[in-house]
Amino acid sequence: MENLVEVKNLKKKYGSKEAVKGISFNIKKNEILGLLGPNGSGKTTTIGMMLGLLKPSNGEILIDGKKIEENRIETLKKINFISPYIELPKKLTVKQNLVVYCKLYNVSNIKNRIEYLTEKLRLENLLSRITGELSSGQKNRVSLAKALINDPTVLFLDEPTASLDPEIGDFVRNFLENYRKDKKISILLASHNMSEVTRLCKTVLMMKDGIIIDEGHPNKLVEKHGRKNLEEVFLKLSRSEYELN
Amino acid sequence: MSLIRIYGLFLRHFYLITRSFPRVLDLIYWPSIQITLWGFISNFFSNHSTYYNNAVGVILTCAILYDFLFRTSIGFNMLFLEEIWSRNFTNLFIAPIKIGEIITSLIITALIRALIGLVPAILLTSPLFGISLLDLGIHLFFLFLSLYIFGITLGILVSAGLLRFGPSFENIAWSTMFLLAPFGCIYYPVEILPEFFQKIAYSLPLVYIFEEARSILIDQTVNYKNIMYAFYLNGIYLVSAITLFYYSFGQARKRGTLINIGE
Repeated sequence: MENLVEVKNLKKKYGSKEAVKGISFNIKKNEILGLLGPNGSGKTTTIGMMLGLLKPSNGEILIDGKKIEENRIETLKKINFISPYIELPKKLTVKQNLVVYCKLYNVSNIKNRIEYLTEKLRLENLLSRITGELSSGQKNRVSLAKALINDPTVLFLDEPTASLDPEIGDFVRNFLENYRKDKKISILLASHNMSEVTRLCKTVLMMKDGIIIDEGHPNKLVEKHGRKNLEEVFLKLSRSEYELN
Repeated sequence: MSLIRIYGLFLRHFYLITRSFPRVLDLIYWPSIQITLWGFISNFFSNHSTYYNNAVGVILTCAILYDFLFRTSIGFNMLFLEEIWSRNFTNLFIAPIKIGEIITSLIITALIRALIGLVPAILLTSPLFGISLLDLGIHLFFLFLSLYIFGITLGILVSAGLLRFGPSFENIAWSTMFLLAPFGCIYYPVEILPEFFQKIAYSLPLVYIFEEARSILIDQTVNYKNIMYAFYLNGIYLVSAITLFYYSFGQARKRGTLINIGE
């Protein structure tokens, strides 16, 4: 299957500290790839480089065949990102925020795009509400609408269901699964929710100390490490010294 | 350059202003208070000073000009800080918007913010103090333009610092104008300054702008050399500031400030 994202020997150094130490992986078209690892393992730095927010110290990232460092703006048109750590302007209404991001992404038919996302994400009653006054579940759906505003071919999700109640978390996971199947997009999912990763991802990468220490299908990893579930695998790999696979 | 993206970023700040009456009030309130205060001081000086004898309202005019500079510069910084405070910074920098488009959009928005505050203040001066800024004639436009360019330049410089050093640079954002004010010779002639300070003052466009305003109002003479010098220096500073902004963006990408600043 065609690789939509290619990461080759990616490194990032902050002074003498090496946060990412030469990792390589691919994300296929229509695939959700899980990126797991304890805090400080290099996940955020890796995603930051893939979003063009960080300049790699070495290596390259290709999205749809184009190097992000050489085609930053062109690449950014095709990708988007959602994280609980970033927000949309709180004082604007939901609709105003979506209109602003439609303009920033040069969306051609703003009305249709907003109507489509509004319907899919059940935002009809929220459009005229002030974004800062929404509940965290509602804000999450609005952020998701913003992340899909440009109809991205690659979507980066950092803890997309963190702080959501189980019902909304399930809605978001179902939505992402269906959206991926429908639009054939690629998704990179960084999450500490192991059941979410097991449910959504066919392949996961386990990161620790800036390197990928293991990778594979969640069930295969469970089997390989002789554990009951992915969470136990995560704990084993996080706590023990690792050997490069 | 995409006009749609520039408009998009402008809309983000325009919506913010139109949604909040206190914000509009805040934009109008300070310039009006400033002008009223300086109006009374200026009235006092015009009655008790030989220097200002022939030109009632010189101080008031200079206060308005300085306030315009101040509002433009602070306005630009505020727009940038707004993105940090609202944690929207990362969203903005992962959107396909070019640095040039961000600068252009913020320059336009900062002008509109400054005008929202300035126009009521100018309108106040006529009925309250019998002063019209239009006494400066067509040259008023050049002085305003020059101040606007310098205000934007300072805004870009401070925003470059915010990009490079993160929110810890915020205090500098507020203090820049106060730091430069003594060298700008806003309310007094440049000769008042000690010789070394005069050298610094002459390296800034402000001194030429305010000297020119006084020259027009007090001596009724126009010195185009001052206006030209101001534009010449403005050009140098503006190009340097934009270059520094691009450099800071590159540094922020290297050092990870864009990620840390956004969270």
